[in-house]
Amino acid sequence: MDELLLIEAVERYLKGEMSPKERTFFEEIRKNNPSVDQMVVEHTFLLHELDKHAGIKAYKHSLNEVESKLTDEGLISRSQLKGKARVVFLWKKYKRSITVAASIAGIISIATAGLIVAYTKKVTDSNKEDLVAIIDTKIKDGIRSRQPSKTLPVPPTPDYRATGFLIDGKGFIVTNAHVVNRMKTIYVQNNKGEYFTAVSIYTDPNTDLAILKINDTAFRSVSNLPYSIKKANSNLGEQIFTLGYPRNEIVYGQGYVSAKSGNEGDSTAYQLSVSVNPGNSGGPVLNRNGEIIGIITSKNRTADGVVFAAKSKNIYKLLEALKKGGDTVTIKLPTNAGLKGLDREQQVEKMEEFVFMVVGN
Amino acid sequence: MIFIPGSGKGNPSFLRFFFLSFGLQISNKRINIYQVNTFEQEKQLLEGLALNDRAVIEAIYRDNYPMVQAFILNNNGNTDEARDIFQETMIVLFEKAVSGSFELNCQLKTYIYSVCRRLWLKRLQQLQRYHNPVENGEETVSVEEELEVHEKHNTDFSIMENALARIGEPCKSLLDAYYIQKKSMQDIASDFGYTNADNAKTQKYKCLLRLKKLFFAQYKNGQ
Repeated sequence: MDELLLIEAVERYLKGEMSPKERTFFEEIRKNNPSVDQMVVEHTFLLHELDKHAGIKAYKHSLNEVESKLTDEGLISRSQLKGKARVVFLWKKYKRSITVAASIAGIISIATAGLIVAYTKKVTDSNKEDLVAIIDTKIKDGIRSRQPSKTLPVPPTPDYRATGFLIDGKGFIVTNAHVVNRMKTIYVQNNKGEYFTAVSIYTDPNTDLAILKINDTAFRSVSNLPYSIKKANSNLGEQIFTLGYPRNEIVYGQGYVSAKSGNEGDSTAYQLSVSVNPGNSGGPVLNRNGEIIGIITSKNRTADGVVFAAKSKNIYKLLEALKKGGDTVTIKLPTNAGLKGLDREQQVEKMEEFVFMVVGN
Repeated sequence: MIFIPGSGKGNPSFLRFFFLSFGLQISNKRINIYQVNTFEQEKQLLEGLALNDRAVIEAIYRDNYPMVQAFILNNNGNTDEARDIFQETMIVLFEKAVSGSFELNCQLKTYIYSVCRRLWLKRLQQLQRYHNPVENGEETVSVEEELEVHEKHNTDFSIMENALARIGEPCKSLLDAYYIQKKSMQDIASDFGYTNADNAKTQKYKCLLRLKKLFFAQYKNGQ
C-alpha cells in the first residue's frame, strides 16, 4: 500500500499537480532518499517507453493500411508468383538447401527413432509443469520478517516453496517427490508462521509422493487430525477444494475431478480442473466430506485448467513400501470425519493449521 | 513481375537490363520531382511522419517503394520480403522523426535506399543467401549508427510488448485508457465498471506496478 501511495506521489510530481510547498517537500525527499529518486527516474522512463510503444503500434497500423491500399492500386506487387513458374523458381533457388535438409532429416529421424526406443520410459512430458515456486529475494525477506522471534531455527534464505500436509499428528507430512528432490535442507512452516526442520524419510518417484518427518524438538504433536484419507477412487465431477502456498500465505482453490486418470493415462493420478500455481505442489485435495482424495502434483503447461493430482490411495501404498523397507516408524493415518457436514469456510478454517508450507534450498 | 521457367537467377542480361531501365526511368522521374521537392518540403514530410499522418506515409511509399522493391527482387528476394524491409525502413524513419533530432543531410530517397539496402543485405546474411549485391546505381550513405539505435528500439518494443501481454486484462486496457488515450479516471471507472474513480485509480497503480516489475526484470536482463 505504501508503494501505491509513493507511486501516486511520483505521478503527481511528474505531472506538476503538486502545490509548491508539497513540491519542495517532495524534492527534499528525493534528494535525501536515493530509492525515491530512482523510482522517479524509473517511472518517467517507463511512461516514456509506454508512450513510445503505443506510438509505434499506431504507426505500424497506419503502415499496414497504406500498404493494403497501395496493393489494391497495384503499386505494390501482390505476393509471390503463381503456378508452375513459381515452383520451378523456388526449386532452383532452394535446390541445395533442400538436398542438405533432406539428408539431415534422414539422419535425425533415424537417430531420434533410436533414442525414443532407448529412452521412452525415462522421458517426461515436457508439457507437464511441476508446481514448485521459486522464491525471489523480496519474498525471502518477507518470510523471515513474519517469523516469530521465539521459534528456531532461522532458515537460511529458501529457494523453493511448495505445500505439504500432516498425515499423522506426530509430525509426518506428505508432499511431492519433486519438491523434496530440489531441496537439500527442508523446513516446514505452519499457518502461525512457526518453522520446523524436517527430513525426507521416503520418496516415490513413480507416484511423485514423499513423506517428511518433522525432527524439530520445538514441534508439539497434534491429535485429532479432522480429515481422513480416502482409499477408494473418486467419481468424475466430484467437487473438490485445495489449500496451498503459491504465495507466502495460504490460498484456497476449488474445482472438480475432470478425469479419472492423470497425465498420459497415468492411473495413479486424477485430472482436476482447479486453479493452481507454482507453490501448490504437495497440497491436499479434499472432497466436500473432508476426505483427502489426492495430492496436487503438476499441471499442463499448454492446456488451461488441466491439473494433475496423485490419488490418495497411493499414500497407503507408500506406507506399505516403507514398512517393507524395514523402517521402524509407525504412521497411523487419520480416519476422522471431523469436516463432514460443515460449511466450506469452517472446513477450511479447521484444515488450515494442518497444511504446511514446505520451503528449502 | 513474371519469372519465366528456367530464368531464376539465370538470364541475368535480360533481368539486369529490365531493372536497370526500370530504375533509370524512376530516377529520371525522381529528378523532376526533386527539383520541386525542396529541402523544406522533405522536412515537412518528416514532421508529418512523426504525427503519424497517413497521407505523408502514402506519399513516401509512392515515391520510394518501387525503387526498393526493384533492388530486393534483383538481390535474391521476393515481394513479401520487399514489403517487410520497406516497413522496417519506415519504422526507422519514424523513430528518427519522432526523436526530433533528425537532420537529413542527404535526399530522403538516398536515406531510404541506404537503410533498405543495409537491412536487406543483413537479412540475406542471416538467411545465408548472401551474394555480391547487384546495385541499382543509386548513391548510398552510411547508416550503421542509425540501425544500431533501431535494433535497440526494436528490443525495447518487444520487451514492452511482452510485459503488456503478461499483465493481462483488464490491466492492459486500463493502462492504455489512462496513459495512452489520456481518459479521465471518472470515465475509466464507468467504462470498466468500477464503483468509483478511487477504486479504478488504485487498480491502475497496481497494474502499473506489475508492468514496471515485468518490464524492468526483462529490461535489466537485456542490458
